[in-house]
Amino acid sequence: MTDLIRKSASELAELISKGEVSSVEVTRAHLDRSAAVDGAVHSYLYQNPEASLIAAAEVDRARAAGEITSPLAGVPIAVKDNLTTTDAPTTSGSKILQGWVPPYDATVVKKLRAAGMPILGKTNLDEFAMGSSTEFSAYGPSKNPWDLTRIPGGSGGGSSSVVSSFQAPLAIGSDTGGSIRFPGAVTGTVGTKPTYGAVSRYGLIALASSLDQIGPVARNVLDTAMLQDVIAGHDPHDSTSLPESLGSMTAAALKQDVKGMRIGVIKQLSGEGFQPGVAARFKESLNLLAAAGAEIVEVDCPSFEYAIAAYYLILPAEASSNLAKFDSVRFGMRVEPNENATIERVMAATREAGFGPEVKRRIILGTYALSSGSYDKFYGAALKVRTLIQRDFDAAFAKADVLVSPTAPTTAFKFGDKIDDPLAMYLNDIATIPANLAGIPGMSVPNGLADEDGLPVGIQLLAPAREDARLYQVGGWLEKAHEEIWGKRMIDFAPELEVK
Amino acid sequence: MAKAELMNYEQALEQFEVVIGLEVHVELNTNTKMFCGCKNEFGNEPNTNVCPICIALPGALPAVNKTAVESSIKIGLALGCEIAPTGRFARKNYFYPDLAKNFQTSQYDEPIAFEGSLDVEVPSGKVHTVLIERAHMEEDAGKLTHIGGSTGRIQGAEYSLVDYNRAGVPLVEIVTKPVYGAGAEAPELAAAYVRSIREIVKGLGVSDARMERGNVRCDANVSLRKHGAEKLGTRTETKNVNSLRSIERAVRYEIQRQAHILANGGTIIQETRHWHEDKGATSAGRPKSDADDYRYFPEPDLVPVQPSRELIEALRATLPEKPADRRKRLAGEWGFSELEFRDVVNADLLDQIEETVTAGAKPQAARKWWMGELARIANESEEGAVPNITPAQVAELAKLIEDGKINDRLAREVLGYVLAGEGSPAEIVAARGLEVVSDDGALIAAIEAALASQPDVIPAIREGRMQAAGQVIGAVMKAMAGSADAARVRELLIEMANK
Ligand SMILES: [Zn+2]
Repeated sequence: MTDLIRKSASELAELISKGEVSSVEVTRAHLDRSAAVDGAVHSYLYQNPEASLIAAAEVDRARAAGEITSPLAGVPIAVKDNLTTTDAPTTSGSKILQGWVPPYDATVVKKLRAAGMPILGKTNLDEFAMGSSTEFSAYGPSKNPWDLTRIPGGSGGGSSSVVSSFQAPLAIGSDTGGSIRFPGAVTGTVGTKPTYGAVSRYGLIALASSLDQIGPVARNVLDTAMLQDVIAGHDPHDSTSLPESLGSMTAAALKQDVKGMRIGVIKQLSGEGFQPGVAARFKESLNLLAAAGAEIVEVDCPSFEYAIAAYYLILPAEASSNLAKFDSVRFGMRVEPNENATIERVMAATREAGFGPEVKRRIILGTYALSSGSYDKFYGAALKVRTLIQRDFDAAFAKADVLVSPTAPTTAFKFGDKIDDPLAMYLNDIATIPANLAGIPGMSVPNGLADEDGLPVGIQLLAPAREDARLYQVGGWLEKAHEEIWGKRMIDFAPELEVK
Repeated sequence: MAKAELMNYEQALEQFEVVIGLEVHVELNTNTKMFCGCKNEFGNEPNTNVCPICIALPGALPAVNKTAVESSIKIGLALGCEIAPTGRFARKNYFYPDLAKNFQTSQYDEPIAFEGSLDVEVPSGKVHTVLIERAHMEEDAGKLTHIGGSTGRIQGAEYSLVDYNRAGVPLVEIVTKPVYGAGAEAPELAAAYVRSIREIVKGLGVSDARMERGNVRCDANVSLRKHGAEKLGTRTETKNVNSLRSIERAVRYEIQRQAHILANGGTIIQETRHWHEDKGATSAGRPKSDADDYRYFPEPDLVPVQPSRELIEALRATLPEKPADRRKRLAGEWGFSELEFRDVVNADLLDQIEETVTAGAKPQAARKWWMGELARIANESEEGAVPNITPAQVAELAKLIEDGKINDRLAREVLGYVLAGEGSPAEIVAARGLEVVSDDGALIAAIEAALASQPDVIPAIREGRMQAAGQVIGAVMKAMAGSADAARVRELLIEMANK
């Protein structure tokens, strides 16, 4: 059964639906894989193999009885640990929530359960999704299966490493400034940040409410599309969720056609200043697209220059308010000082002990950005930049159907390289942040390996709001083109992990 | 708490102009809370009407209660406000344990209703126009109970309990513009304004409007300035004034307190003050300054509220008549004197009397009962609560008198049984056999028995000395334990004398 773990989600779903393999067998194969490799990779913060197998057995029963007809029925999945689950602790990578078992399931988790997808475990992340490497997880970093001395991207490094180390065929991520796409790029996997509002945020522990979006993580475009189809849809519990359906992503992924499409290259993100291998692979892909009949156009987005600055004001501002609820009164950690335990002191002592350095940095930054006297200068100005970036996109999408850029400036960096330099860490997200500020969908697709280090690079695709299907159409085509050129899937270039 | 020194009220008004401002919080009576599906109900077991949203568990998100929005629009329209075509919620950030999220979801720069006005009549009969700055939607906080310590406040308590049943209950906060020119009537105007707001929200059916339950709460801002001065004085905000009487007293107290300080060269500290009904005084609370920084920003978890023109007009069509119009109409219908009518308004008994009249009583009879016997009972009761009788029962009582079934004395007795919960007046009269005896046979027998011991009476009547009849009537009433119809006894006696 070891070959089961190398199969894609769509292949597994087909085998299960034909009755050639059971959900229990597939689930067990992945759990066995975790037992063998997760000691080294550390994708998971929590697993309960017995519970996963019981869920799988129930899916097998329900599927046989015709009670579940979802296309991904029986296929197991890993869930980022910032989504609430009633049967597993939900920590968001923070000490302050250690051991907290929520009394309710996130809407996305409910949808996964309803679709008959057994949950394999909760994946690691930077604390409250603040980071690009998982080095800010209170429970230690996850490793990149391509090179265990390198970061798997962040904040969703648990989800990217879990699929790239074949511990799960699918995973759920969340993307506030690139937390799905950057980890996808550096692990040779696929990840999509859907249009803001396409997937309900109910039960996602908020980082920055106006930027957060849950999305699918997988090893190929079709699987990613099938997963988005499962988790998307309106939710009355999330006022910002879109009322209308965005159509079938699965159908778009199967189109495999880019002829006549206008592909926009963003002048400000065209590869200049990026790692040479990243820039080179990006140019090659443009040539591939042009050769297939796509029209390559250049678009200008002058306000992108200010995107990171605006992002690092809006995000901390919202986060400072979202994280105020962690006060020890109703749930989570409580630290009582030895003397004079007033409520203020208990709150302060709990937050001092429970939050890590990056969380504190952003709470302070956000509190300052919102305070009277600095509001206009900082938060107010950032909102204006946000509007300008949206206008840049509007103008760009008047000329192009899909925009492309490298997903990240570099391949996976080594642990410790940027941990003491917040600005360098923040610059990783230069290409991914604009999509969150504008609420548009974005995807990272494997784009070959960099010559200088042999590590995977990603290409980012962006589409207008609600046009997520275009990403899957172009992404599916690019993936196939790369497989033809490289002779196999990008993920198959990853070195074998030592099995315990 | 040392009582502050006060300036004589008349003297204070001679020296200073009073400016007041009122913030009234109205708790809406929607079935569910503002942002979640929990029951909006008073008096349940602590922390039973709660869910992940209203106790702010990680991951939970708010969703706006549509009925609360409609109620807020109705309030805005009733106050003559403009309704904003689009209004965002905002987060008001501060840490306090009754506030689960440690921010209150409110409206800041985009209130749902703004720029209205309300005509308010004070006891003198003068009508003041109070300008409304805004009415906005927000959520209530939970309820803290501080255990241990002497003050009942959070400082000094050993520990505190939080009940989140009230957390997230929808509120509408109505804020006036500064009110000038009320002069000596400022305290009465403040109380009359809150009474009008209460009438409006009750008339709209959007709030239970019970002040003793905190459905309507008032914060009163008071500042003084020298007559003719341009600049407003420093204001204090008195919280926790939860009856019409306390509002009036608290404003009057603040005028006198501030006047004393200013006249002696002192300065007023901008602060919140707490009203103590028992001591009849305010005490200093938290200093409030421009340094208070709530870090307001638009609530990213909610889309703006965008009521359509059609909805606003549909809601406008459902508005009941304005309190001022209603008073004018009732004054005309009831035919009370101006003074009688004003007394009814000031006693806050318009609703009861109107309902009693609707139930069939004559207006004067309804007034007499509510302003007389029932008011006396209310005043004597400990809490000054409304007596335990419905307007329909009062109407029934009045009807029994009107029909001659009972007399005034019996009616008071019946009232006692109604208040004791024995049933409706008619039921009690029947059950206890309290009906006035007007059966001539029984009366004649009683008269004859009385005449037997007073043989001089008939001759006296025949001579035209009618006062002699009184002795017999009294004796008959006594013999029949008050249930005789005195007028009929008198008639029968005269008939017998003239035979
Ligand atoms: Zn609730």
